[in-house]
Amino acid sequence: MKCRKCGDAAVIELRRHNAAFCAPDFQEFFRNQVREAIRKHKMFTKDEPVLVAVSGGKDSLALWDVLIDEGYRTTGLYLDLGIFDYSVASRGKCEAFAARRNVPLLIKRVEEEVGAPVPVIKQVTRRPPCSGCGLSKRYLMNRVALDEGMPVVATGHNLDDEAATLFGSVMHWRTEALPRQSPALASTHPKLVRRVKPLYRLSERETAAFAFLRRIDYIVEECPFAVGATSIAHKDILNRMEDAAPGAKHNFLFGFLDKARPAFERVEAVTLVECARCGQVTTGTLCAFCKLSDQVKRSL
Amino acid sequence: MKVVLRNPRREVEVAGNRRVKDVLRELDIIPETVLVIRGDDLITADQHVKDDDTIELRPVMSGGRA
Repeated sequence: MKCRKCGDAAVIELRRHNAAFCAPDFQEFFRNQVREAIRKHKMFTKDEPVLVAVSGGKDSLALWDVLIDEGYRTTGLYLDLGIFDYSVASRGKCEAFAARRNVPLLIKRVEEEVGAPVPVIKQVTRRPPCSGCGLSKRYLMNRVALDEGMPVVATGHNLDDEAATLFGSVMHWRTEALPRQSPALASTHPKLVRRVKPLYRLSERETAAFAFLRRIDYIVEECPFAVGATSIAHKDILNRMEDAAPGAKHNFLFGFLDKARPAFERVEAVTLVECARCGQVTTGTLCAFCKLSDQVKRSL
Repeated sequence: MKVVLRNPRREVEVAGNRRVKDVLRELDIIPETVLVIRGDDLITADQHVKDDDTIELRPVMSGGRA
């Protein structure tokens, strides 16, 4: 197989693009996809500081790598979830990356912020661990960005993540979740920073290949709590569809973004207020993070 | 030839002297879900692997198996 651009031996085939690339041309393709995402959705400019949420996995470190090389002003944020050896190893990957690229990295511990690490939150709430974990991460990303004076948080969500989330929402007709699913969510309140996903045009396999070719040392193992997670089952189903019809994931997600999402956005308008306790944005009196924190403190 | 699989890490022996896509088919692995690594390089599914080759099939999904 030959590179579509230069004719050298290809290292990766992208069936959905009917293309194959050598290592340098694939990396350029990858960067172009990120540039296009940032441009199309006006995600951020080179004058704005960008908080990049990093987990130690391939996606977030690949994203940070590209943004640094593109000349953006980035600071990493690692949220230590306190999930045993997994958190120790993933934190180490982020620290090593930041040191190697000489970029700033902030670290916040969920245990300090919520009152307990994710494994204890799981026991206290008796809900799936990803529930309290995701809630804490979204809250802390926003709060840290505000505290640090950064107008935007970038996460490493890729095409597969977005397609699997959409699949899950549609399977249960969670119509309230649909307008929130976007490559770029604008700040709709002074205490809500912009949230962007510059990798949404790139598949999981493409981000893994980029991280490998860039020799980024990332954590291959997944969080122990993710075993059996519904999102992984949904990704499996979508990959079988992709295998039968290349481009299936892309068409599913991009068709939604182009054609369906605007309709749900009109129906599901919400009013945002400030939490009576912490002042962060919520739709009720107390925000979900403060409620979780209360629940944890009561049980300890 | 030797194939290294991940999560959990393990090794299996399969016949070589054929294309990567034939090896993937035998192991019932969807090409979209793995990187195929030989030495320090990525290789495409149409490439031939020899009997004395070692390849790693690294799942691209966090938490994915291969």
